[in-house]
Amino acid sequence: MLPQTESSEQPSRRRFHLAVIYGLWALIGAALAIPAAIYLLLPPKVVRREEWTEVGDIGSLTLMQPEEMSFQRVRKDGWKLITEKTTAWVTRVSDRDVVAYTPTCTHLGCAYHWDEKNKNFLCPCHTSAFGLDGKVLSGPAPRALDRYLVKIDGSRIFVGGVKQGEQAG
Amino acid sequence: MVRKILDWLDHRTGLETAVKNFMLEEIPASSGWPQVFGSMAMFFFLLQAVTGILLSFNYAPTPGEAYKSLQYIMTELTGGRLIRGLHHWGSSMMIVVVALHMAQVIVFGAYKKPREATWMVGIVLLLITLGFGLTGYLLPWDNRAYWGTVVTTQIAAKSPGIGDYLTRLLASAEGIGVVTFARFYAMHVMLLPAAMLGMMILHVTLVRRHGVTPLPGDTAPKKKFYPGQVFKDTVAIFIGFCILMTLAITFRAPLEKLADPTDISYIPRPEWYFLWLFQMLKLFEGPLEVIGTHIIPGLAVGLLLMLPFIDRKKMQRLGDRKLAAALLLLVAAGLGGLTTAAIRSTPPSAAHVEGADGPAWTELLPAELAGLGHFRKQNCMACHAVGSQGGKLGPDLLQLPQKRSIKEMVEFFKNPQQLRPGTNMPPVQLAAAQLNDLAAFVSKLDASNADGLLQTPRSVAEGAVVYQNNRCAMCHLANGTGKKLGPPLNGVGQKRTRQWIIEHFINPQKLSPGSTMPPYPLPEKEMAALTDYLMQLP
Repeated sequence: MLPQTESSEQPSRRRFHLAVIYGLWALIGAALAIPAAIYLLLPPKVVRREEWTEVGDIGSLTLMQPEEMSFQRVRKDGWKLITEKTTAWVTRVSDRDVVAYTPTCTHLGCAYHWDEKNKNFLCPCHTSAFGLDGKVLSGPAPRALDRYLVKIDGSRIFVGGVKQGEQAG
Repeated sequence: MVRKILDWLDHRTGLETAVKNFMLEEIPASSGWPQVFGSMAMFFFLLQAVTGILLSFNYAPTPGEAYKSLQYIMTELTGGRLIRGLHHWGSSMMIVVVALHMAQVIVFGAYKKPREATWMVGIVLLLITLGFGLTGYLLPWDNRAYWGTVVTTQIAAKSPGIGDYLTRLLASAEGIGVVTFARFYAMHVMLLPAAMLGMMILHVTLVRRHGVTPLPGDTAPKKKFYPGQVFKDTVAIFIGFCILMTLAITFRAPLEKLADPTDISYIPRPEWYFLWLFQMLKLFEGPLEVIGTHIIPGLAVGLLLMLPFIDRKKMQRLGDRKLAAALLLLVAAGLGGLTTAAIRSTPPSAAHVEGADGPAWTELLPAELAGLGHFRKQNCMACHAVGSQGGKLGPDLLQLPQKRSIKEMVEFFKNPQQLRPGTNMPPVQLAAAQLNDLAAFVSKLDASNADGLLQTPRSVAEGAVVYQNNRCAMCHLANGTGKKLGPPLNGVGQKRTRQWIIEHFINPQKLSPGSTMPPYPLPEKEMAALTDYLMQLP
């Protein structure tokens, strides 16, 4: 790209100049590009531990009947801790046990709902359907619904971190 | 193949030809190392643009948020401290390089006919550079930024004739808030970069039009810009870059406490390159003040702009430019002298970088300091982390999910299980007043002061506990709280000896007849701790 000159400089001197020019600019470029990449790509150093949040009471749930429960969750958003409202689809699967799914489709993140008629979770965007067990029944969703870790204390339901659903076979 | 693509590109865009024309510009045989500063200035401007954009990716340009996001950049993001350091120290480098560039032009008389316009555009570039420094100063929104900008806007408000309009433009009539901040930010990232870029292009175009100034008597055949001069420019830029890197890595860019408009103890100082102006203001008082704030700076800018028309003599050999050199030295000595005077008059507390202004605990109220005493006695850090120190069982106290009120915290301390079922935290066994102090301390802890506070001498914190248990604040004032029945206690260590204070506790009336203070025959350990605290209370 850079011009070849018919210069009066001695070839060896000229070679030295060119080597220094390219070498030093490469060094400057690297000294800036590497920290910039680290700064932009590495996750922040302080990671918040997952917390257990109470979402509701197991007594209010009917067996095998999903219920959308909303709760407040504290999340680290950049330099802020924010309290946000979020929901979980909670299904009582036995006397002492529930499963809780995160409220968005695993395809492109739309909010799905429980389709009472067909007894499945249906995403309105691209019609992905999920069974009560979270598995993909039809549609483009790549994996089963993501679950919250669940803890039962007495009759109170707590949710914690999120576990990704299995890849659809 | 590559050749073919390049030829195609050049035919359609003329890019290669343009680069060739630029790089193969003919320059006088006499140019060399003194001519590197223009390229350096351009490099440092572009570097500021790059680091500035990187900062803006994680920066929220509103007061308060700005501070928090900058703290986040500097403490939580890998490489963030370096990027901020490069941007902060880069502004100083820029000033230095621009000053050297100007000095070279003055010494060589390169502003003379036909290069008057080039010089004048250069002066505008200098003003834009200073404008960057001035507007960028506010953006961290710490005490330094806030108080420094208060002074700037007050000076602008006093501009003869246009003060009111400037105040409205800066939205600073009722102090500095969100609107002023937005305007400084807009100037710093939109207006000034655009102006700088436009003026720089104009400046370089003019330089190319008239060519680099040859030394008088330089009749040698011209040489090409590339690669000989590019080599020198590159080496100079690299040296400058290394200096900047060293500064950014070695010296932490300052981030003081969050801007506090009620902090009347803060002594604002401008950035070093404005210190001479700051010092000059002290020479003019009352109605003469405008001389220092506006007339002299205005005259200086006017003189600089008109320099090519004042000095109209033909180009001379360097050795004959004695008057120019003498004037330059005089101005440099004046600026240097004023700057030195300003630095010497700066009290150590104002010259500090964070953490240098006395131990962190001296900022605490007696109650908060006593809270630290309890915090240690209760061994809170066996379970709780405070930043990088402490246990891992409980949550990091710097990362609590919510800011709780003192009252909520006290309730929680009394019975953690009740408010947070399932927690492993045991109830804190302290009296109600002591729990209050503990909560006050915990709520005072943050990332900026934690390390400093945890280094508080043991006996000082214990002394504050004794101070609180004996309710000294019922009669005495310390760090701004308490009653004024007795004498205030700050600085008592400079007035009295340790022995005097101890004896005074045992029998106040013996040492200060007529005093209404009751005797405090404290146990030896408590007496020592309390005396330690009082002796070190600044």
